[in-house]
Amino acid sequence: MEAPLPPAVDVPLPPAVELRGITKRFGPLLANDAIDLAVQRGEIHALLGENGAGKTTLMRILYGLTHPDGGQILVDGRPVAIRSPRDAIAAGVGMVTQHFSLVRPMTVAENLALGRGSGLRLDLGEATEAAAAASDRLGMRIQPGARVDSLSIGEQQRVEVVKALARDCRVLILDEPTAVLVPQEIEALTAALRRLASQGMAIVFISHKLREVLELTDRVTVLRHGRVEGSAATATVDERTLAELMVGRPILGQERAAVAEANPTSGGAVLEVHALDATGSNGLPAVRGVSLKVRPGEILGVAGVSGNGQTELAEVLCGMRPRAGGAVRVGGVELGGGSVPEVIRAGVGRIGEDRHASVVGDLSVAHNLVLERIDDYRKGGVLDERAIQRHAASLIERFAIRAAPKAPVRTLSGGNIQKVLLARVLSREPRVLIVSQPTRGLDVGATEYVRAQLDAARARGAGVLLISEDLDELLALSDRIVVMYEGLVVGEMDAAGADRGRLGLLMAGRGGGDPSADASTGQAA
Amino acid sequence: MSAISDLGRRWIASGSLASSAPLVVPMALVVTFAITSVFVLAAGADPFDAFYRFLIAPLTSPVTALEVLVSATPILLTGAAVAIAFRAGYYNIGAEGQLLAGAIAAAGLGTVVGGLPSILALPILVAGGAIAGATWALLPALLRVRSGIDEVVTTLLLNPVALLLVNALLNGPWRDPETGFPESAPIAASAEFPQLIERSRVHLGLILALAIIGVTWFVITRTSVGLKLRAVGSNPRAATFAGLDVNGTLLRAALVSGAIAGIAGVSEVAGIQDRLTGGLSAGAGYTGIVVATLGGLTMPGVAAAGLLLGDLRVGAGSAARALDIPSQVGEIVQATLLLVTIGAVAIIARRRARQGTA
Repeated sequence: MEAPLPPAVDVPLPPAVELRGITKRFGPLLANDAIDLAVQRGEIHALLGENGAGKTTLMRILYGLTHPDGGQILVDGRPVAIRSPRDAIAAGVGMVTQHFSLVRPMTVAENLALGRGSGLRLDLGEATEAAAAASDRLGMRIQPGARVDSLSIGEQQRVEVVKALARDCRVLILDEPTAVLVPQEIEALTAALRRLASQGMAIVFISHKLREVLELTDRVTVLRHGRVEGSAATATVDERTLAELMVGRPILGQERAAVAEANPTSGGAVLEVHALDATGSNGLPAVRGVSLKVRPGEILGVAGVSGNGQTELAEVLCGMRPRAGGAVRVGGVELGGGSVPEVIRAGVGRIGEDRHASVVGDLSVAHNLVLERIDDYRKGGVLDERAIQRHAASLIERFAIRAAPKAPVRTLSGGNIQKVLLARVLSREPRVLIVSQPTRGLDVGATEYVRAQLDAARARGAGVLLISEDLDELLALSDRIVVMYEGLVVGEMDAAGADRGRLGLLMAGRGGGDPSADASTGQAA
Repeated sequence: MSAISDLGRRWIASGSLASSAPLVVPMALVVTFAITSVFVLAAGADPFDAFYRFLIAPLTSPVTALEVLVSATPILLTGAAVAIAFRAGYYNIGAEGQLLAGAIAAAGLGTVVGGLPSILALPILVAGGAIAGATWALLPALLRVRSGIDEVVTTLLLNPVALLLVNALLNGPWRDPETGFPESAPIAASAEFPQLIERSRVHLGLILALAIIGVTWFVITRTSVGLKLRAVGSNPRAATFAGLDVNGTLLRAALVSGAIAGIAGVSEVAGIQDRLTGGLSAGAGYTGIVVATLGGLTMPGVAAAGLLLGDLRVGAGSAARALDIPSQVGEIVQATLLLVTIGAVAIIARRRARQGTA
């Protein structure tokens, strides 16, 4: 073998980092299925995919935060064992996660000095120099003396990048770096990343925003359901191709089951959302003037790439997040403050996005089944345990929950926990159902069961608002679909004739047609 | 601070403590024995002899066995107080201060109810102590539910404040006018807790403690209030999602906890000291945390752990005298037992979690 020459144009250098056959399983879920990925020096490589596609898991493996069940990691052509972030840093891999790991009351220089040097010596001078050098490389100004908690989110992210640079990383992973940024900051970050790439840095850019990927990156790899769906030079692909790869092609046999008898009645809406505004946990507007109508016997699907306001919309409708403006009517009656008890009393059943935040794991199945209505199961102040157990036994049979009434819910599988939640909600025969990501992480059998239950609720005449990132699920279950993008409803269509390509573009923020027409459809919905 | 306490909270509230403590404590005793032997040896005594005196000797004579009950009385109460708060996910570290507040109220009321028969005087003392304890617990509880300020810090910081208040009273307006000692005037005879057993110091406080433990057990396990409290303590997000009043539950649990700790103060004043003294608590508020944790936050567990530590408190005193070792060795044993138990429970919980995901 030849001795490696200084980077000349035609010498085929090994990729800066290469993943071969990476596989990771979480219980029944295959998060990464034999993934291959190679990132060249000086390349900005997009890792694109919906939530749960396996992007973050893959990068956590590369950074030593998660251990793979199989596969190999090569850095500069040499296999390396990465068992911890320390190994990753030693191998020249740096990562900027979505949640920053900065010590907030300390200055930038102090943060850089942490984990550097050896022993007890604290060399702030050196850290300041490193900060200055890294600022130069980035083409961004960093004040080493500024306290981290006085910095904006964008500036903090910059400090994270500087931290990685100061550790001499040659491969930089950024996990959805733009999700937390305002447009001007995104521009600055983009410029800085281009500059780093021109200096030979290999950059992995995790995103699910097509526009950014097309603008910024040199190469794109699309993940879906833990597999590589495709990989290509960014210049050779367009949005439509990427959108289709990302959301998948129609899967046979999963098309909608039975619409026949339960056609949406033309009558009034059972759930009306009018000009709803809500603020996200980061203090920025998350839901902006959303108006929706759900009729009895109808499933209205809400599509969208995660982080576009669907979660906040669901939280508001479930009573878990205050409204910033607008109105919600259930069965024609306006909800006041919209607290949880008020929402439940109005006849709204809620299946939350995070099922572990909806059940109390230490309590029994029976007690979780009555959690929303404890006061209906007491005599005086004392719990009517016999009634509670009877109630549980009948729901366990009706909803095929595989668990004893007295078993703590934490011992149940995800599918059975979801059945407990379905049973808790559906046994009250709600006239409105708010359902978020109902089959996320479930196996095939449980998924089918949950979908059949939602279909049955619709047939019974409930109005269902189904929020899902699984487009197959939305197309299979919904009567109509609205698309949310950046907090707005940007489009609406009948599910029966829905065009996936158009859906994908709407989800990616490209209206496909006339954007103002889309906006007005949203208003008229 | 809050990151550390969050970590503790997660496994304390995880329920693993409640389910595994009964099994773990005996094992932990053996490990504790092994570890603390080093200190006993360093103090120049035979470990086996020392542990015989710590644990067994107090139970061999009726006099010392009854003294175990006396010693257990306040920590049964503070243990119950801490356990009910922890079960709700409210980490009340302030039982010591709440106990002292109850003691101040009892000493004050005890001197003015002299004209009343015991049947009236005693309930007034107990109610007054409970209100005082709850009042001492009120501010941190409000700060927590209104502004999300960590109660671990605020409840803890109010403990020395209560002690300073006691000392200020005893060195100022309440100083015993006859002896000039920093002790308050004795309470009226009708306000003293009656003795339960002849020629012993066992008093009404023990009955009160066991009754409170029994009632608390019933409330937590059998009532709708208790189910809500368990739900809130174990998973506040899920409780909120189900429409339960999380902040109201926390506030009520905090106040009930303070009230029970306040009653512990009444019990020490009216049952033992007959007056307010500076050393009245003997750390019963802090030992309550040990009792609650060792007892797995269940009331039967609190009863058992309270008696065990009562035994240890008596044994440590006599072992110190008999073997000429520092009485702090007893505290080392107590602290080691707590750490070993927590460690064992954490290991079990982690192993269980690992099996659960496999």
